[in-house]
Amino acid sequence: MASDALLFYVFAGITVLGSLAVVSQKNPVYSVLSIIAAFFGLAGLYVLLEAPFVAVVQIIIYAGAIMVLFLFVVMLLNVPREDAAEWDRSHPLYRPMAVRIGGTLAVLLVLELGWALSKTSGLGVGVADEHPASSSVAELGRVLFTDYMFAFEVTSILIIASMVGAVVLAHKRQD
Amino acid sequence: MPIGYYLVLSGLLFSIGAAGVFLRKNLITLLLSVEIMLNAVNLTFVAFGRQLGTNDGQIITFFVMTVAAAEAAVGLALVIGLFRHRESLNPEAFTTLKW
Amino acid sequence: MLALIPLIPFGGFLVNAFLGKRLPKSVSGGLATLLMVISFIIAVTQVSALMGMTPENRQINQTLFTWITAGDFTLDVAFRLDALSAVMILVITGIGSLIHLYSTSYMHEETDAEFARFFSYLNLFCFFMLMLVLGSNVLVMFVGWEGVGLCSYLLIGYYYEKKSASDAANKAFIVNRVGDFAFILGALLLVVTFHSLDFTTIALAVKEMPKEVTFGTLSLITLLMFIGATGKSAQIPLYVWLPDAMEGPTPVSALIHAATMVTAGVYMIGRNAMLFEHAPITLTIVAIIGASTALFAGTIGLVQNDIKRVLAYSTVSQLGYMFLAMGMGAFGAGIFHLYTHAFFKACLFLGSGAVIHSLHGEQDIRKMGGLKKHIPVTYWTFLIASVAIAGVPGLAGFFSKDEILFETFAHGHQILWGMGILTSLLTATYMFRLVHLTFHGEERFHEVVAAHGHAAHDAPAHAAPDSHAAPDSHAAPDSHAAPDSHAAPRHSTHSTHLHDAPWPMATALIVLALGSILAGYVGIPHALGGHNALGAWLEPAFNATNCGQPMTTGDLAGIAIENCAPGEGGEPAENAGLELTLMVVSSLVALAGIGLATFLWLKNKQIPERMAQQYSGIHQLLLNKYYVDEVYDATIVQPIKVVSTEGLWRGFDVKLVDGAVNGAGYFVSGVSVVLRLLQNGSVKTYAASMFAGAVAVLAYYMWR
Repeated sequence: MASDALLFYVFAGITVLGSLAVVSQKNPVYSVLSIIAAFFGLAGLYVLLEAPFVAVVQIIIYAGAIMVLFLFVVMLLNVPREDAAEWDRSHPLYRPMAVRIGGTLAVLLVLELGWALSKTSGLGVGVADEHPASSSVAELGRVLFTDYMFAFEVTSILIIASMVGAVVLAHKRQD
Repeated sequence: MPIGYYLVLSGLLFSIGAAGVFLRKNLITLLLSVEIMLNAVNLTFVAFGRQLGTNDGQIITFFVMTVAAAEAAVGLALVIGLFRHRESLNPEAFTTLKW
Repeated sequence: MLALIPLIPFGGFLVNAFLGKRLPKSVSGGLATLLMVISFIIAVTQVSALMGMTPENRQINQTLFTWITAGDFTLDVAFRLDALSAVMILVITGIGSLIHLYSTSYMHEETDAEFARFFSYLNLFCFFMLMLVLGSNVLVMFVGWEGVGLCSYLLIGYYYEKKSASDAANKAFIVNRVGDFAFILGALLLVVTFHSLDFTTIALAVKEMPKEVTFGTLSLITLLMFIGATGKSAQIPLYVWLPDAMEGPTPVSALIHAATMVTAGVYMIGRNAMLFEHAPITLTIVAIIGASTALFAGTIGLVQNDIKRVLAYSTVSQLGYMFLAMGMGAFGAGIFHLYTHAFFKACLFLGSGAVIHSLHGEQDIRKMGGLKKHIPVTYWTFLIASVAIAGVPGLAGFFSKDEILFETFAHGHQILWGMGILTSLLTATYMFRLVHLTFHGEERFHEVVAAHGHAAHDAPAHAAPDSHAAPDSHAAPDSHAAPDSHAAPRHSTHSTHLHDAPWPMATALIVLALGSILAGYVGIPHALGGHNALGAWLEPAFNATNCGQPMTTGDLAGIAIENCAPGEGGEPAENAGLELTLMVVSSLVALAGIGLATFLWLKNKQIPERMAQQYSGIHQLLLNKYYVDEVYDATIVQPIKVVSTEGLWRGFDVKLVDGAVNGAGYFVSGVSVVLRLLQNGSVKTYAASMFAGAVAVLAYYMWR
């Protein structure tokens, strides 16, 4: 439907622009804010894909919690604006060419992905054409706690580990 | 929408994130670029999940987000530690681990 | 009971080896001798038991344990006493006991520890030699074979601090080893061909086979074993160690290099008589080498100046006779000569030891002379033994040597007979040259005795100069106990007074001299009216019979009695005329040799000196043993040394092996110098390389 296409382009645009802003801003605070904007765009895309739960989780967890954490750290460290001239102690081979290599690699990646896509068939199939949407939150929960039970529990352990790690690592030294 | 559009978008986002990892001279921004990459992958999963009519894509996304959160937490703790050590957030400043 | 015969000397070895340092000389020496005598007595009882049996059954077996079981091949450690080994054990234990007795006096100037060491080696040698002759299969015999080689090395190198002695010991062992290698190959071929190493089994199996007219397996086996025998029994080409072996103490030369070890090769051929009889080509080779060696060694012995060297070459020569006999198929004659030779050669060596002892270490016969009236016992025994070896009728050597020569002629080998007769002439000549120069004529030893004094005997590892004043066992009729100042001038008072052999040495000499006279009478040939008792006794041992004794190992396990006809006792009177003629010829030759020696070295001393100068080329050639040692050194020893040093050591080991190992190290270092540049500490670089890798993998799929 036309409105779907329009919404898609809008949200996609927001996401891409936000990402570009992230990698080009000098001020890290601006980067964080840009990425939050990108996340909003992504949430919209998720809604379009009839995955409302993921969209909401994206906003709440990602944009709400993780990015706030990033902002905290940025504020804590009082990160200055990036200065290219200082701290330039990179490997002699890469110093003048850092930008060029990174850029080249990224372009190469885009080309390769493009090629991969061109070799794929069935790209024209509409996302919503073949099967009906299956998700509801109840359904997701049921599957999560039965089929993916093990992964779920392991993830909880992972979170504990990262919590402990974060506390230990950031602990101020008792000298 | 055809699935191809979503895939192109996802690839684009991934490339932008990869470029950011290399081009940024700030550790925090580097981590942010990594987050962008993860989100691109999430998008791919959800799109394919929708096309196949299962909710496995969303489940995977769920886990990816959890892991991303954990990784961000630990990564930022490391950044704080490094900053305390060297007063800089430039990844090129930390080169003592060479031969 | 049978196993005790070798084991008793082995017990003596253990005692002297471990406790000898702490035992006084009388105990260690006395114990060793006593054990040998006990072994001899047991041997006598066993042989008497053997004599009580009928000729077909003459065997006593004793199996100790099963040694090897491999598939269908089994091997026991087993001893067998039959007619042949009976003769051998009597010789070994009897003459061995006498030599032990002799040594208690001869070696008494050594320290307690060295004295015990000597006797431990002597006992060990007797153990191995008895094992060699009593073994009922090739492997037990080979254990003894190697063991006596080892003991020979130990005893030749007894004065190990003297370089010439240790070199001689090395030479003996290494040359022996070359022969042993061939012997091992022969033994392995035996296993492959007969699936057994038991002598009787092999003999019975060979009996069924035809005699080989071309060079086949049997000839190869026997030839290889014979090469081993040339090493052990000092024939061409591996005889070179025996003259050098005279570096060892004289009792060692008597026991090992005259009476027992060097006869092992002859015994081995006798033991495998059936096998050798079926390989006529090898027998011919044996005979030719035997005769050649006899003649060759005889010519060298004619000009040597060291008393022991002359006797050493004489031994090589007499061994040649024994091999000549074996080569003619007259195994009994060869063993007969072995038996008589043991008596007179041991007597000669021990006598030379007594001479050396009385002259305080002088061995050069040019510095002797006129000893007859000073050391009479030694003189008379030496003379008797010399007459015996020369082959004068009536004494032992005559009967045995004559039988060999008769067999050679009767089998049609006139040339070999001629070589034998010529050697006989040489034997008589050089022996009596030795007698005349040592015991007759004018006395040339005075400066020697004065210069040497008491401190110099033939042993460098020696006690202090006042050993003679100590209470010793010399029943010497001289005035040594007179006021001793040990200064040189004192010697002029007794320079004309030498002490003869003390009673242990004299006893041994007298017994052996009597043996030299009487031992031959067991083998009087039919032509003279005797029964050739020894030949008849030995005959069944050479013809394999299985009478009465079931085999316990090998292919014939369990098979009992077979083919028990007794053999004949030597040649009947058909060739009596020929034999008598030849006897007369050899007697005349012997007397001619004695006469020639008397003419040249007693009456007209200037003639041999002039001849030496006139024919100095030949004289030098003979004196330097035809330069064989030098030739071996140049063609074999030096090339091996060069190959080892330049080729194997410098080339292969240093360049290749060390080069490879060190090179691996250098390579790793070199690569790591390059590779470690990858680790530059920059996280960006690492991330970039990971990313580049991922891009590359995708590119790869793009092109596929």
